[in-house]
Amino acid sequence: MSTETLHPTQTAEDFDPRAEGQRLMKEWYAQLETANARNAAVANVFVMGNAVEILRAFDFELVFPEINSLQTGVRKVSEEYIRLSEDYGMSPDVCSYVKADVGLILKENEHPAGLIPKASLAVASNMCGTFIKWAEIWERWLKTPTFVLDLPGQRAAGWQVRPGDAQHSADARWVEAQFQELITKCERITGKRFDMDKLAEVEERVNKMVDHWNNVMALNRICPAPFNAMLDGLTYIGIMNVHRGTEEGVEYMRQLEEHLKAKVARGEGRVAEERFRLLFSGTPCYVSMRRLVELFETWGGVFAYSDYLTFAAGGMDATELRYDTSRPLESLAEVTAMAAQRGLSNQFFAHERLAQQIKDYEVDGVVFHGIKSCRFVSSGMADTRDYIGKRLDVPTLYIESDLIDPRYWSDAQIKNRVDAFFEALQQRGGAGPAAFKTVATV
Amino acid sequence: MKYVAGVDVGSTQTKAVILDENKLIVGRALLDMETSMVTVAQDAFRAALENAGIAEDDVAWVAGTGYGRYKVTFGREQVTEISCHARGSVMLFPLTRTVIDIGGQDTKAIRVGADGKVEDFTMNDKCAAGTGRFLGAASYALEMPLSELGPLALQSTNPVRITTTCTVFAESEIISHLAKGILPEDVLMGVHQAITSRCVSLARRVGLESEITFTGGVSRNTAMVKLLEEQIGMRINVSQDAHFCGALGAALFSHDRVFGAEAQPAMAVAEEA
Repeated sequence: MSTETLHPTQTAEDFDPRAEGQRLMKEWYAQLETANARNAAVANVFVMGNAVEILRAFDFELVFPEINSLQTGVRKVSEEYIRLSEDYGMSPDVCSYVKADVGLILKENEHPAGLIPKASLAVASNMCGTFIKWAEIWERWLKTPTFVLDLPGQRAAGWQVRPGDAQHSADARWVEAQFQELITKCERITGKRFDMDKLAEVEERVNKMVDHWNNVMALNRICPAPFNAMLDGLTYIGIMNVHRGTEEGVEYMRQLEEHLKAKVARGEGRVAEERFRLLFSGTPCYVSMRRLVELFETWGGVFAYSDYLTFAAGGMDATELRYDTSRPLESLAEVTAMAAQRGLSNQFFAHERLAQQIKDYEVDGVVFHGIKSCRFVSSGMADTRDYIGKRLDVPTLYIESDLIDPRYWSDAQIKNRVDAFFEALQQRGGAGPAAFKTVATV
Repeated sequence: MKYVAGVDVGSTQTKAVILDENKLIVGRALLDMETSMVTVAQDAFRAALENAGIAEDDVAWVAGTGYGRYKVTFGREQVTEISCHARGSVMLFPLTRTVIDIGGQDTKAIRVGADGKVEDFTMNDKCAAGTGRFLGAASYALEMPLSELGPLALQSTNPVRITTTCTVFAESEIISHLAKGILPEDVLMGVHQAITSRCVSLARRVGLESEITFTGGVSRNTAMVKLLEEQIGMRINVSQDAHFCGALGAALFSHDRVFGAEAQPAMAVAEEA
């Protein structure tokens, strides 16, 4: 892949995060298109619990089937892929990401972004129950060698893992042992010897990306918010996943941080007049995200943050999880075990996390987005919403559609709910020019 | 004297209300939906003007509400029916804290503050089960006007259990029960119970605080009122004007704009989606 991401004379102001993000994604897909012809090793991975760092150390080219599926939504062709899988016999209730991927297989890997290569390995984990069943489809249908990581989750009600505690250490050892097995498998598939130094280099780049990422997220605590977490943020997170641990990824995040800092210095927000700051909880509706954001921005409402940017940013809660590159494999296991713990139990503590984010980002309300074809990510929302609304007295809105199935998007119904939410916020007196809000420092 | 108006363009009917300076209802109109929402909105407004005995020029501000609120092309403001039902309910029953509104294709539960402001709301999603449309299916299957469904259901002694949650399938389930020789009143009571349980479950999500006011077209159905009271375990308010509550709320927002006693910020989002 090209390492030249920016013209040397390009300034932070010139950098266009969206265009550059699209360019990187396009390049990635173009690279994938020729992977099989080049006899490159290809791995199917999920965005959470994926051991990407190890795979990168073996020069695997990465296919993210979730991203392939969401891209069919962004490109407005998801229904065609979903219907193919339903014609084949899949129930409408099945995860629309899975159905779009099955549609892709039925279309002989013809994706709107290019031909998706045949994978030489698939890495799944128990971060989502569907991952395992999804990988079984590739294993049985396409004969893809599959490795399933068992990442320990919640042990008891109210219990959370803490870095360095006995349980976390035991979990990390358990995960590390599985990584050793994965390494053996990768050596067999690629014919290459595992290189610990190379893993450390990948981790070093991930650390840099995570540092920039955290700084970028913190910039949106400032009023007016320089970016919309659920539109611009989705481009950023795409790069965090697809280019995790690459030079291009580091450079993109560095430029992004510079660009947004310059924007903040100019006092420039995402919208001309920021009247409401909001937090989005849940997974996006990729097929209609631009429209949904438009419905909110028409009222001067900006998503300052979204928990999606935490749980889908490469599968880790990025704020404190950095790799110790002096002991790369142990550190990878520790971070993976911690991230998995948080990911797997995040619905039990969602109210605590959201309460903190409400304060950090000074939001006026929280929007919950339930997913029709994934009750797993939507199941804890009722309790969390109840807590946020009744205990914290922060207005909430619940809307429902889907990840990429356009048949669940009802524009009139959603607009009605969004408008009513803003009417209530306005009546509450929550609308105020950004100037009246506390302005955080960069 | 200046007047203000609210026009509620719903999925099955359009309602218009005219208020005077003292917030008294001086005119009202209710029309069934037609192909053109713009025309039916105008017709309802004109009928309300006629009912009030005033001219169009006497009306200083019109607000549109309901799903067709942007079709009230002569309106100067659009407000969602959620805000309007809350506002209208508190005017009709000042101690209202929960509003249950069952319309043609929407069922809503709204928690309101003492000032009529919306605190929280929840609505049926992607499915018309538990809405007036469910009764419409029964009316069609039984070939009976909507107005007769409630009184007949109340005569039931052995209601059937309607198991489907799908409005479309409900019709075939009703026909199947009738074909088995079950009395129409028992089938109808089953239909009413099915709607009530879905509606109460929705309302519990926002919290059922007393007083509860029932609005929308279905509030005219006596069996629904009785069943709701039984399932909730509280008395519920139903006004003669419950059907007009959305239009009344819209008229109250118009009143704010013209008379400014409780000046509210503009609600309108100018363009249609």
